[in-house]
Amino acid sequence: MTQIELRGIEKFFGAVQVIHNLNLAIADNEFIVLLGQSGCGKTTTLRAVAGLETIDQGDILIDGKPVQHLKAADRDIAMVFQSFSLYPHMTVFENVAFPLRAMRMSSGEVDKSVREVARVLRITDLLDKRPSALSGGDMQRVAIGRALVRRPKAMLMDEPIGALDAKLREEMRAEIKRLHVKQGSTTIYVTHDQIEAMSLADRIVIMHEGFIQQVGTPDEVYSHPANLFVAQFVGSPVMNIAEVNVADQAGTASVTVGDAPAGFEFPRQLLSKLNGHAANGGLTLGIRPEGVLVRHDAAPGYMPVEASIIEPLGSFDIVDLRLGSTMLRARTKAGYVSGPGEKVHVRIDPEQAHFFDTASGKSLGVRL
Amino acid sequence: MAAVRTSSEVAFNRIAIAAVLIATLIFLAPIYWIASTAFKPKELAVSVPPTVLFEPEVTPFVRLFTKRVQMQKPVDPQVYDAAPWWEKRIYDGGERVLKVGKDVQLSQYPDRFMNSLIVAVISTVLAVGMGTFTAYGFSRFKIAGEADLLFFILSTRMLPPVVVAIPMFLMYRMVGLNDSHIGLIILYVAFNLSFSVWLMKGFMDEIPKEYEEAALVDGYTRMQAFFKIVLPEAATGIAATAVFCFITAWNEYAFALIMTNRRAQTAPPFIPSQIGSGLPDWTTIAAGTFLFLLPVAIFTFLLRNHLLRGVTFGAIRK
Repeated sequence: MTQIELRGIEKFFGAVQVIHNLNLAIADNEFIVLLGQSGCGKTTTLRAVAGLETIDQGDILIDGKPVQHLKAADRDIAMVFQSFSLYPHMTVFENVAFPLRAMRMSSGEVDKSVREVARVLRITDLLDKRPSALSGGDMQRVAIGRALVRRPKAMLMDEPIGALDAKLREEMRAEIKRLHVKQGSTTIYVTHDQIEAMSLADRIVIMHEGFIQQVGTPDEVYSHPANLFVAQFVGSPVMNIAEVNVADQAGTASVTVGDAPAGFEFPRQLLSKLNGHAANGGLTLGIRPEGVLVRHDAAPGYMPVEASIIEPLGSFDIVDLRLGSTMLRARTKAGYVSGPGEKVHVRIDPEQAHFFDTASGKSLGVRL
Repeated sequence: MAAVRTSSEVAFNRIAIAAVLIATLIFLAPIYWIASTAFKPKELAVSVPPTVLFEPEVTPFVRLFTKRVQMQKPVDPQVYDAAPWWEKRIYDGGERVLKVGKDVQLSQYPDRFMNSLIVAVISTVLAVGMGTFTAYGFSRFKIAGEADLLFFILSTRMLPPVVVAIPMFLMYRMVGLNDSHIGLIILYVAFNLSFSVWLMKGFMDEIPKEYEEAALVDGYTRMQAFFKIVLPEAATGIAATAVFCFITAWNEYAFALIMTNRRAQTAPPFIPSQIGSGLPDWTTIAAGTFLFLLPVAIFTFLLRNHLLRGVTFGAIRK
């Protein structure tokens, strides 16, 4: 049973503020992912929870008790580092046993605990080896084993699979998920990879320049991004963003992307939902590539455009469509658009459209 | 795996090997000279041309360790027959070993050698130990004026040490540190510390700080993390630094000559003082020098793997 709460955390590096008034409550057994670009403050936040970094303001509470003044060793938290940080001069067994030795556990108990963890992580054959003899994936398993072995209150992971190659990363992602489901421990996981975040997290915390942008389940941040940053950071391929004008036209709402010659037809209720926002301009449309519908022949609501660049990605293609001076990226079946210059027809699926205030970048919360 | 080489690479390789062989011969020649002289009969030591093949004997070492006087008349044959083999060698040379009662009087060499060992070992341990801690501090913590402090530490090496020898001698005499082990140890530690700090800082910087951070979250204090994680990781650097400090302290001549004369005198000023006047006994001096070479040779040999890493350090990325 471990809850972690961060209250009003502020952190400066010299004159630079790297964390701004950060508040976050993490429930027992929850898998929280801190997601953001490098330099957004996610790792600093994690290190502050671990006790490797001091904070300038605020409280860090573990099970309701403030721990910001405690040393790392006294917080009963385990951490997995991106570099794995296995001690090169010790065997795998000694590495995993290292935290237990700090607790002055009897050697019989140490042996039992290490072998138990080794069994769960399938590293029993490796116990006598040195870290230098291990593959990247095995090093990572050992690092996780060292973190798990003393059954800490919480697990902190700082880009634990960032150093692995793509295939191994996918394997280890599944492994971490399996472990979390099986062992169940409050976990804070830091990554810049949104796929990792989406696949692992109970809740994702998206950070940018020291501010929390949005906290929510993977589905929430994907389907209801709170602002333009989140909208473009989460999801791959990246969401299309374009300034639009919305006009009342013959009983429908007409949404014109940039300087395009004509507008897309949207249901009329968009006008009332936008509630006058359309009139004063400064409206930005966000649409994911799968919300940009493409067909060869003309149809009502579809607009003729020219394909520019096609990126084949195997199971699907990403097609850049020229709409005035704006490029709209659409996701199509593989090979659907044969080549650059081909004329196709395009429509925007109103149900998948997001609207943002251009100036503040905030979502207007308008969904059709 | 055999690499494919161009003919110019092959030629370069051969030239390089030849150059290394010649350099090795040049470096080994004086050592061979000392070693061979140490085992030569006295009269062959100065023969021209030098004798290469001879029957080795250990008499120079016997002379090295004993106090002797020239005999005015030949030794009594009965005494000669009763003497042990090494004493006979001394009688053969027209000398006799000085004794108090039945005990052989030892020369000053073993004492001087021990002085060297005491001063070099203790000063090395202190310089490397203090250097390691200092380097760790500089490497891991933000220290106000870090660059200036490091420069200050290095600047102690910028003056030739002999320049301060006379004032140091006067100060030492005033506080009674002259001709004492502790005085020499303090000097050598002060002298080696800058080197030790700088070299160790390089090694400390190379140890990822994540190792200690992992230990900190694993439930250890920083001190424990230092001893359990950092020190073992720094072993190579410590070994390399220790060898360099030991060699410097072991070989140091100028300060030892000025600061010590009897009680704490080390081997380097003692050995040449034995040349004396008249015809020098080169074999005995060579024997003393040869023994003096051994500790450094053994120490360096034991740590050779670490040393290689030490001298190439910084040049190779892990």
